[in-house]
Formats: sequence, C-alpha cells, structure tokens
Amino acid sequence: MSGLSFDLIALQLFTGLALGAIYVLFAIGLSLIFGMLTVVNFAHGAFYMVGAYAGLFLVSMGGNFWICLVGVPLLVGTFGMIVERFLVRPLYGRGIDYPLLLTFGLSYIMIELIRIAFGTSGYPFDTPELLQGAVDIGVGYFPLYRLFVIGATAVVLIGLWLFLERTSFGLVIRAGARDPQIVRVLGVDVSRVWLIVFGIGTAIAGFAGLLAAPLQGVIPEMGATILAEAFVVTVVGGMGSIGGAVLAGLLVGVVVSMSSLFAPEMAKVSIFALMAIVLLIRPQGFFGRAGLMS
Amino acid sequence: MTEDSKFTSKRMSRRRVLATAGVGALVAASPFRINLAMAQEPTIKIGFPVPLTGPYGTEAQDQVRAAEVAIAEFNEGGGLNGRKAELLVRDDKLNPGEAATRTLELVEKEKVNFIVGSLSAAVQLAVNNVTKQRGIIFNSISQSDTINEVSDFSKFTFHEALNPHMTAGAVGRYAFPKFGKKVAFLTADYAYGHEMVRGFQEAGKAFGVETVTDVRHPIGTTDFSALLPRIQALKPDILCISNFGRDQQIALKQATDFGMKKSMKIVAPILLYTGRVAAGAQAFDGVVGGTSYYWGIEDKVASAKAFNDRFRKMHGGKVPSDYGALGYGGVKTLLMGARAAGSLDADKVIAAVEALKYDYYKGPQYYRKCDHQSVQSVFIIESKANPQKGDADVFNVISTDEPNEANLRTCEALGHKN
Repeated sequence: MSGLSFDLIALQLFTGLALGAIYVLFAIGLSLIFGMLTVVNFAHGAFYMVGAYAGLFLVSMGGNFWICLVGVPLLVGTFGMIVERFLVRPLYGRGIDYPLLLTFGLSYIMIELIRIAFGTSGYPFDTPELLQGAVDIGVGYFPLYRLFVIGATAVVLIGLWLFLERTSFGLVIRAGARDPQIVRVLGVDVSRVWLIVFGIGTAIAGFAGLLAAPLQGVIPEMGATILAEAFVVTVVGGMGSIGGAVLAGLLVGVVVSMSSLFAPEMAKVSIFALMAIVLLIRPQGFFGRAGLMS
Repeated sequence: MTEDSKFTSKRMSRRRVLATAGVGALVAASPFRINLAMAQEPTIKIGFPVPLTGPYGTEAQDQVRAAEVAIAEFNEGGGLNGRKAELLVRDDKLNPGEAATRTLELVEKEKVNFIVGSLSAAVQLAVNNVTKQRGIIFNSISQSDTINEVSDFSKFTFHEALNPHMTAGAVGRYAFPKFGKKVAFLTADYAYGHEMVRGFQEAGKAFGVETVTDVRHPIGTTDFSALLPRIQALKPDILCISNFGRDQQIALKQATDFGMKKSMKIVAPILLYTGRVAAGAQAFDGVVGGTSYYWGIEDKVASAKAFNDRFRKMHGGKVPSDYGALGYGGVKTLLMGARAAGSLDADKVIAAVEALKYDYYKGPQYYRKCDHQSVQSVFIIESKANPQKGDADVFNVISTDEPNEANLRTCEALGHKN
C-alpha cells in the first residue's frame, strides 16, 4: 500500500480518538445507569437522538450552540428523570428484563414521536462558526470541531469523576450501587439517588447527541447505529464500569480508524471482531465485575 | 311529520319510480347507452411500488406526488377514450423481496395494466423480473446500468431514469478537463457505487485520467473521518464521491470539515435536491454533480415550467425534486403511449411508446429501440453558496449534456442484436 507515512498513521490515530470520544460519552451514560441501577437502557440511543433535536429546537428558538451545551443536558436529563420516576421505577426488583423491554419499547415511541413532530427527512446542524475549519496539529490538518469534541468529552469525564469520587452525594451513589439495602437502612432515600443517576446518564446521552449533530446532521434514526456500537463498548469495557467504558470507547475508535486505513471494507466488522476476541480472553470485559447480569 | 306530508312523499316516490323507469327505457333504446357502459369500464391501473419507508422515503414520497400530477393531467385530458387512470401506491421498503411480492400482488390481485416505480438498482431488477414474466409493461424510475443489459431486459422493460454510465459520464466529461486528471474515489460498496465508478473511469479514458485510490464504504456509514486522511495524503485533483442519500450528505459534510475542498474539487455523479435541502448549503458548497432534473431549468424549458406549475398547484407550492420528477415522466410516457395506441394491449402500447418523441418536463427525450433506455439530457449542477430565491433555490445549472445516443453504451456492448 503506497502513501503510508508516519504523519498519516499519527493523524489516523488522532481521528480514532475523536471518533472514540463520542463512543465514550455515549457509553459512560449507559454504564452509569447499568452499574448503579442494573437497568439496561435500550432507550439510550433515543435520548441521544432527542439531545440532537433538543439542540435543533433551542437554536430555532433563537439560542446558539453554546447555550445548547448547557440547555440540552438539562432538558434531556429532566425528561430522563420523568421517565425514571413514572416508567422505570415501578419495575425495580422485577428482574433485569422488565426495564430492558420497557426502554426498548420506549425508544420506538420516542423515535416515532420525533418523526411526527419534526418529519422523517432530517435536518442540517451547522458547525458553530467559532469551531469551523481545520487546524494544523503537527502531523496534518484536523477539523477544529473534532478537537473540541475530544476536549468536551474530557471535561465531562473529569466532572463526572469529581462528582462521584469527591462529593458526599457521589459517595451515596457509589454506596447505593454496592448495597442499596444497607444504604436504605442508614436512612438514605435510595429512590432519589436512582432518579438523579438516571437523569445524569440520560443528560450525558443528550449531550453526546448534541455534539454528534454538527458531525453528521440530525435524523430520527441516528441513535440506532450508535446504540449497537456502544453496547460493544460497554461489553468490552465491562458492564457497569465507567473506567472500562472510557478505555474501551477510545479503543473502539482507534480500531475503526486503523482498520479503515488498511481495509475500509472491514471497518464495520472490526469492532465486533474486537468484542469477540475480548470476550474469549476476558468474558467480563476489561473492568467488569463477573455475575452482574445474573 | 303529518299524515298529509307522508301521503305526499309516498306519491312523490311513486312518481319518481315511474320517471326513472321511463328514463331507463329511453337510455336502453338510445346510443347514449354505449357511453354509460364505457364509464363503468374499469380504470387504467398503474401499480407504483416505491420505498415509502426507509432511507429514501423522502424521495419516494415525492415520486408519488409527481405521479399524481401525471394521472390528474391524463384524466383531465379525457383519459383513454374516457377511461380514467388510477395510481396504486405500495411500499416496497427498499427491499427486493418485498418489492417482488408487492408487484406480484399488484399484477395478480389488482390486475394492474402497468407498473412504474422502484428506487434502487437491486429493487428495480427484482420488480423487472416479475413484470417480464407476467408480460406487464414496467417503467423503472431509478438508476441502473444492468437493467439495460440483455440478461435483464425484455420488451416489457422501459427505463425512464438515467443510468450510471450516462450520469457519471456526463459529470466526468465536464469535470476532468477542468479540474485535473488525478482522481480519488469514495464509493458506496454496492451496485450503484460500482456502476458510477465504472462510468467515471470509462469517460476518463479519453482524458488520460489516473485513479489514485478507490475507497469503498458500506451503505449507512455515519462517520467518514477515518477514510479521509488517506485520501488527503494522496493529493488528488478530484474526489468523486459516489454514494446516495444520507451517506452523501454526511460524506460531503465531513469532507468539508476536514478542509478537503481547499486542495481538491469534489464531484458527485448525482447531487440530490432533497439531500442538499436536508444537509444545508455549507456541506454542498462548491460541489459539482449531475442530475436528471432540477426545477430551476423552468426559465429555459417550457415543459418544465408547465410541470412545476402544476406540481406547485397540486402540492401546496412545493417544487418537484429530481427523483420525484421521474415519477411523473415514468407514468406520463406509458399513459401517453396508451393514448397513442388507443388500446391497453401490451404490444400496441410498447410500439407506441417506442415511437414517442416526447418533451414532457425536461426537454426532448425518446426511448432507444434496443434497450428502451430513455435518451435524454443530463444537467451538470453546482450547489449555491447563498440561495437567493427561497429554500428551494439550491443549485446552478452550469452545463447541459444534450441527449445523444453516443453517450450510452452501444446496443452491441449490452448484448442486444441489431
């Protein structure tokens, strides 16, 4: 293969990291909800899509992209909390398949409602003016907006880590995930904790959808593809592990990017091959706890 | 109601019965009887399988709208000796199996006279398979090279749409001398993409075009970023992006983000009107491509003006899209053929359609005898950076590849005798 150079491979690696950033954002929400609530949120892709449409809506109301960065997670997170309070909560303690089926059905309803409200054909979402164009990163030109996506992902990750590890409420969340019964005995309102965790998880999904909108436009089905890929990420990283989701998300991005360079036809299959290999060697994923699903 | 009025109404109805009987007797004895009997003759049924749901739903729905225009015009013009036409729309879900089933149903249960439709290379071949076995005339309204070839062609097969050889050829002949000879391809990995690349490369031979790479991607790719740096590193003069629908919108958007337009010209065999409207001006800015139809030609082409006006009137001021207009052309040619033949007999209609020299919406066209490919113009268009005349004003027609049989593959190359 001609034209391979160090610069190209470095640029390709960088492209993979940017690609992985969206996977990471999507998968940590999924992992957070699963790790704390043992809810496999099949509507996560729909929340991601709603995030993009919420951004579209805020912009049409006279807002700009920067307002969306704050407004969209608030809107989608609030919506997520409503869903948890009235739909998911009655199913706690009934086995893992009940909320799974509920969220699966919910995703169809959400997509259909968006189709009715906004039409089937999709909308453009312009890259904010400040972030348009490409910059020289030493090995070649790279879109400024993708750099921004990497940065925004890092900010969200650091914020989430600080919140979970350095605040007393974070302590309650982690304790609630370990043993909800003891936490309840200690006088903590666990259902409130779960409400907030579900809200945070869906807010991050909405945020990821908003970040993805300028990359690929907005359509009702945009959550479906990434949901399948994000499940690969969470399985590889270990179900319920946030650190695992971060590592696996970046790894999947790089694998897609590198396989695109050498065998573009194989790019889509490569991540499933990666999953198969990881599952053969380490069935619980990188940082997964065995037996969480049972 | 009083006793009196009841009595009156009874008497009235008795009178009416008498009157009706009288008229009936009169009609039975008069030559008008023939006309009344004719009115009860079944309508001309046109089956219209298109992918109403799925990724090309927007185009398919526009095809239906345009086909309705053709039906309305035909019926207002008196139909076929008073026999009206009717459109039977079915959703083929962009699936060859589904399309074949729906087509068979239309033929067997609905007893349709013609089939027009399909919006995918593979789906039209599946429909064509059914119609040629059943001896029903089929007019295909989406791109394919294969449908012209002797293995798939039958006398019942017509192809109103352009084919990839004509489209990519026209765009190539325009682009190669202007923008350069080093060409990279980014191609959707299925028949449509492969046929387009072949069309570009065949047209490129005359200009000494060199292919630096042909990167294939699966349908439904949402991120092309991993494919772009390598193309950029090869420094081509032209990047041909041969994909369709959402794939095209996203590929153009991301190529723009990667700053590729600064160092190379991006061309596409087909620039979709609906895609441009959905993706916005930024992504399509400066991209050159081909189309079978753009509403903006109405300034120069009278038939386009008439068609657009009628479409606007029937569909709330909207203008028809490129693929939409094919729905009109596909239905209109068969109906006009039937009218010219004065019959619905397949052989007579085929002969009449073959003889048509028509200009229904985009300038002069005719069907080539050997493969029933519509010989027609290809418009070379460029996306406008700043639309001036509203949301629909998205393209400039920068060149017109006039109808010319020399731009088609020869009948011999397709395997047809004579």
